[in-house]
Amino acid sequence: MLPAILFLGVFMVYPLIDVLIYSVEENYNFASQVYSGYGLFNYSYVLHDTYFVQALKNTFIIVIITVPISTGLALLISLGLSSIGRIQSLFQTVYFLPYVTNTLAVGLVFMVLFKKTAYSDGLINLLINAFGGKSIDFIDGPYWAKIMVMCIYTIWVVIPFKILILTSALASVNEEYYKAARVDGTSPFRIFVRITLPMISPTIFYLIITGFIGAFKAYSDEVALFGTDLNSAGMNTIVGYVYDMLYGNSGGYPSYASAAALILFAIVFTITVINLLISRKTVTQ
Amino acid sequence: MKVVLRELTKIFPSRDKKDKTEVVAVDNFDIEIPDGKLVGLLGPSGCGKSTALNLICGLEKPTRGRIFFGDEDVTDLPPEQRGVGMVFQNYALFPHMTVEQNITFPLGNLKGDKKLSKEEMKAKALEAAGLVQIENLMSRKPKEMSGGQQQRVAIARALVKRPKILLLDEPLSNLDARLRLQTREEIRRIQRETGITTIFVTHDQEEAMSISDMIVVMKAGRIHQVGKPQEVYDKPVNLFVAKFLGTPAINVFKGRIDKGGLYIGDEKVLDVPDTALMNGEDVQTDGREVYAGIRPEGFILDENGPLTCRLDRVEVMGRDISVVSFHDAATNAGTVCVRSIISAENDIDENEDTVRFSLKPAKTHIFDAESECVLQFTGK
Amino acid sequence: MKNVRKIKTTITYILLSIWALIVLFPFYWMLLTSIKSYASYNGEYVPKFYAEHPTFENYVNAFTAVPLGRYFLNTLIFTLVTTGLMMVVIILSAYAFARIDFKGRAALFAFFLALMMIPNELVIITNFVTITNLNMRNTFLGLILPSVTSVFYIYLLKENFEMIPEELYKAAKVDGTSDIKYLIKVMIPISQPTIVTIIILKVIECWNAYVWPRLITDDENYFLVSNGIQSIRENGFGRENIPAMMAAVVAISVPLIILFLIFHKKIMAGVSRGGIKG
Repeated sequence: MLPAILFLGVFMVYPLIDVLIYSVEENYNFASQVYSGYGLFNYSYVLHDTYFVQALKNTFIIVIITVPISTGLALLISLGLSSIGRIQSLFQTVYFLPYVTNTLAVGLVFMVLFKKTAYSDGLINLLINAFGGKSIDFIDGPYWAKIMVMCIYTIWVVIPFKILILTSALASVNEEYYKAARVDGTSPFRIFVRITLPMISPTIFYLIITGFIGAFKAYSDEVALFGTDLNSAGMNTIVGYVYDMLYGNSGGYPSYASAAALILFAIVFTITVINLLISRKTVTQ
Repeated sequence: MKVVLRELTKIFPSRDKKDKTEVVAVDNFDIEIPDGKLVGLLGPSGCGKSTALNLICGLEKPTRGRIFFGDEDVTDLPPEQRGVGMVFQNYALFPHMTVEQNITFPLGNLKGDKKLSKEEMKAKALEAAGLVQIENLMSRKPKEMSGGQQQRVAIARALVKRPKILLLDEPLSNLDARLRLQTREEIRRIQRETGITTIFVTHDQEEAMSISDMIVVMKAGRIHQVGKPQEVYDKPVNLFVAKFLGTPAINVFKGRIDKGGLYIGDEKVLDVPDTALMNGEDVQTDGREVYAGIRPEGFILDENGPLTCRLDRVEVMGRDISVVSFHDAATNAGTVCVRSIISAENDIDENEDTVRFSLKPAKTHIFDAESECVLQFTGK
Repeated sequence: MKNVRKIKTTITYILLSIWALIVLFPFYWMLLTSIKSYASYNGEYVPKFYAEHPTFENYVNAFTAVPLGRYFLNTLIFTLVTTGLMMVVIILSAYAFARIDFKGRAALFAFFLALMMIPNELVIITNFVTITNLNMRNTFLGLILPSVTSVFYIYLLKENFEMIPEELYKAAKVDGTSDIKYLIKVMIPISQPTIVTIIILKVIECWNAYVWPRLITDDENYFLVSNGIQSIRENGFGRENIPAMMAAVVAISVPLIILFLIFHKKIMAGVSRGGIKG
């Protein structure tokens, strides 16, 4: 009991207050721990920092692309899974595998697959060539190509969890509803839209909400693909920006890091509230 | 070991923040339970009987009053030092342990020179299991057994420490009807064999009556009557006890006493004396509003009988028949229909509109309408 | 009618198999690349889908050219100590919330739950400053301390503890069982499935930890595997040696994959029950 309170106090409550204070202390020097006064300069600095703006843009692109695609794809796969009887659990186990692997490590494999080197254009490029396309450097090349790899990898990483949750949600829909619908001659599409979807809508919304939150916090997948110097790769995310401000080559600015983290918190919070409001209107309880 | 409760009271503070009313779960208990008897603590649900059991066991601390086991005051002792065994309503078997582990669990808590070796524990467990005839189930887990078997394990676990007192909380409520009959005989047998003073709680009067040496009828935290089952049935001290015991239930009529007669409606059904004993005091009966409680077996079919009821139907029960009828005075007293049980040798035409009875005085109990206490007629 | 169904089922199987391929391919590729020699890998402009001359030299390389063994050991220590300490902390806290009736319990628990809403990123900033100021950078203590408690797991376990019938507690009390003995002998064994789930999830989390270790360690001697693999990516093996890199990736991934294959039912049930994103 006491140890837990102590730990939570030191490592959770105090930090929150502390971050708020950091974010308003101007010209805070980490080494000497002095600051010149209180104000909103840190926020204004962060918002005008081109690296931050880039990170903001990247993060939003990741969120907008990966959340709908991964959720939709997971739904399709789960529907497929629940419609087959044999080897369903084998597929399920295989699909879940990425969840337990070290994303940093597997990210390197994706890098190898997509990277264009002196020796080889990489497997993916060879595939593109086979269809008559031209090789692209996905890792050090144009912005859109890098974004594409990033999204593909992110989806690959987040989808196992969604498939698992959706499959168990589908399995928990009472079989009798389907029987009743079939007795009435309902078409499969209508069954999906009128029965399945409403029944699992709370789960879908849960996944969308957690998916948004998770995507806004994207960081280590990007590191895996593009290395730790995300700013120069133009691939940084908000969380990456926070950590870079804190530590590393450009680090030592906890005030900027705090301001950026609080901006992220505000964005995530707003989006979550909007999500909850929408879900309250549409989700069948 | 006899159990004595002196002015035992348990008050629970209110849980509701707005409503500060306290709950008096056990109100001034003052009874003596003789050594080696099987005692049924009987009452409707929520009357505080489980709390009483928890107080005796030591799981709850009383607000006031003392508890004695024999001559020893155990009020301040924790449960493990009281030497009690307890069987819970849902058996409280540890789901992750086998039967044997469950039964030896209490022994594992013994310390110092009381500590037992593994073999001794095993032997004791086997002995207790033998008593309830489950020796062949020792390696099973609780969920692999039927309700009746689980019940036996729970009893064995309670007995393994050779308790001075055995407490059972609603021991039969989770069993089906057939098992219930069987198990209650079983409890009776085990109690006889071990001679342990046993107190069990139940809301089922039939269960309590059938196996107890003594029953304690309670309601809303208070003891209403203590006695042998037949005594309590024959001489209920108040309307509640009369209504609570007996199936089919007693038939209650509104009535009044006038000039030495008990009137139900306009008919005089029984002669009664002018004076009676109520709560130990002599009272005048004349002009008193009363409830007349008539046991189903207290009716005599009589063409010229004073009590006329509207006949509804006759149910054949083999040896007996049950005559179901209506009477306004009964309806007014909350008795939906008057049910009388008479010998099947009587012949009743179901097409008749009315049926007439005379009453057996010993099966008719008269209660004061206001206090609901029985009027005892010494002369009767 | 029957044919239509058959075709549909076949298509479903094909599509599901394609997805399985997409999931498994990176694993296959890293295994394959890891047993190709440096020369043959770089010699294949069009990579072959099999290894002509399988070799283990990359594995030898991975463990000798960089201190991969050291990273493994660090991660193992980090994982075991963090998980062990956390279990003690959360079991005791969950027990307190579930069983001990102290003043302000409800309020304190509500406060606990509110903490779950605070994003980790905010917490990390201060923890970073705190640990740095305590001079605990590049120490195991600094690595471990902030991760030994989890509001979510306390919550999960507390719910589990509360489902244990009160009668069991009374039954144990009648026999004079102490609270701590009741916790160890009854509550923990009964909640075993949840506890195992939490342990597995925490082990996965520890094994894959990257952000905090990266912030708090810059001394190679304290690198965990995630940081190690990242440093291999940046600095390589003196030259860019993809097969050796893949060998390191395989070595890092294998322990968890084995753990997963053994416990896949428990892990998947646990994740879907907990409904959490690792």
